[in-house]
Amino acid sequence: MRKDTGIVETKYFTFKNFVLENEQVLPEVTIAYETYGKLNEQKNNAILITHAFTGDAHCAGYHQGDKKPGWWDTMVGPGKAFDTDKFFVIASNVLGGCAGTTGPASINPATGVEYGTDFPAITISDMVKAQKKLVEFFGIEKLLSVAGGSMGGMQVLQWAMNFPEFIYSAIPIAATLRSTPQQIAFNEVGRQSIMGDVEWKKGHYYGGKEPAKGLAVARMLGHITYMSDYSMQKKFPVKNPEPNENFDFNADFEVEEYLRYRGSSFVKRFDANSYLYLSKAIDYFDVQKDNFLPEEKNLDIKFLVISFKSDWLYPPYQSENIVKHLKMKGQEVTYCNIYSTYGHDAFLLEIKDETHLIKNFLNNLYNEVFESGGK
Amino acid sequence: MAANKNLLLSHFKIADIVTEKAKVLDLGCGNGDLMQYLEQTKKVNAQGVEISEEAIYKCVEKGLCVLHSDIDNSLDSYPDNSFDFVILSQSMQQVKKIDEVFKQCLRIGKKVIVSFPNFANISLRSMLFFRGMAPVAKALPNKWNDTPNIRFLSIKDFENFCKDNNYKVIEKYFISNSKYVHIMPNLFAQQAVFVLTK
Repeated sequence: MRKDTGIVETKYFTFKNFVLENEQVLPEVTIAYETYGKLNEQKNNAILITHAFTGDAHCAGYHQGDKKPGWWDTMVGPGKAFDTDKFFVIASNVLGGCAGTTGPASINPATGVEYGTDFPAITISDMVKAQKKLVEFFGIEKLLSVAGGSMGGMQVLQWAMNFPEFIYSAIPIAATLRSTPQQIAFNEVGRQSIMGDVEWKKGHYYGGKEPAKGLAVARMLGHITYMSDYSMQKKFPVKNPEPNENFDFNADFEVEEYLRYRGSSFVKRFDANSYLYLSKAIDYFDVQKDNFLPEEKNLDIKFLVISFKSDWLYPPYQSENIVKHLKMKGQEVTYCNIYSTYGHDAFLLEIKDETHLIKNFLNNLYNEVFESGGK
Repeated sequence: MAANKNLLLSHFKIADIVTEKAKVLDLGCGNGDLMQYLEQTKKVNAQGVEISEEAIYKCVEKGLCVLHSDIDNSLDSYPDNSFDFVILSQSMQQVKKIDEVFKQCLRIGKKVIVSFPNFANISLRSMLFFRGMAPVAKALPNKWNDTPNIRFLSIKDFENFCKDNNYKVIEKYFISNSKYVHIMPNLFAQQAVFVLTK
């Protein structure tokens, strides 16, 4: 009988005076998180899952009354890739997000109103440092693994960079050591779309109308970059309609309808300012400039790097570049470029192949950690 | 050991040559049977390189470290002398840039172990001579239209190659039907194992 994660609840963890990379201080930070499975006595079976750009802490299971499970429910749960019968999985919403963690839509204690664009700039490194506080709150001294795709993969790499002694392994999926001009360009168009919306009001729109149109267009653009030419053809079999006499620029094509639907449903769950802040954090991401991984330390992190053949937003060569840097540093690394036609979205969809790799990788690692008594 | 049944005598010879706890790079490691055997018997630290996605999954199942790449493009980022042994076991026939790959192998590895089927073996010669067809044998099981091999070489060819490039052959072994061959290896051996250094 297949077991499932069942009903889960988002929890909150708060700490004070968080110093950011730019030396600004957030007087109070709340992190929304969920956990699945059980932390063992030795506290060495913990895995942190880091989410992508618009993800949240709700990674697996169902919230009471919901019809849809968490965003990676196919991968996280009893018997799944991240097997919660064995492992204790933590997922949290990133700093600057809008799903329970402190971000631009949170109340600024100094003014009593939402931060808006008074929120300080945040980086992937800030996100990771906040996550470390959450992990330490559980009394965990070393994570078995950190895993995530896309912006989640950036956080994984940043973990290896900032806290290499704190992780046994790292699983960056569809990621890169640094954002490239093409990635930044798409993010910039999304930001311009939001900031060009009259309702944006320099980011102080809370309490009034939101820049919904601008945010929806940003999301539409994003969606195009997450798919592939082939996956779009498959999803929207070509039967181009004739323009009729009531021609009015309505959504005549399936793909138009799909993107409009995606855009309008996105604005219900996502804050436009968070979109701006997080996309900037992605753009600034660059762990290659520091040559990735501290040279002087005798590191022992096992890497599993995964990319997807049809991903043109974070193409395989960028994962191969991660591998190249790991080779130069003599780190143990396994790399697989999974055959997929789904484009960047593949990390949410190629469940069978990802499961095969991750489940075996974690099980073998887990045995090693236990054989050596948790090092 | 479960993996043994997939191993040839040339694999066991390689395992003989490899020293305890060595750092090993296995180029074209396939399903990882040799690497697993080396890890179990010699406690080596092994890294594999393999082009087939299916084979990558098999390696990961075995808990091996493996990179999804072709051999030609997988070597340049390793520092000099990163490995005690670089192994090309039955995979040299599929390498495109042989000269460059050997240069790199000898740069990143202290020793390079190469094993390959001998195309000048008597039964292959006679297949070509008497039957007039491209030889098919245990060591070369694929027909001409279905082979991943792009190179067909003899022991003599390889010895000349080493001489021309000033690669030192420090050990060599010749095998036929699971036995070692000592007389006229280029005629009688089906398999050859060479150990090279700079």
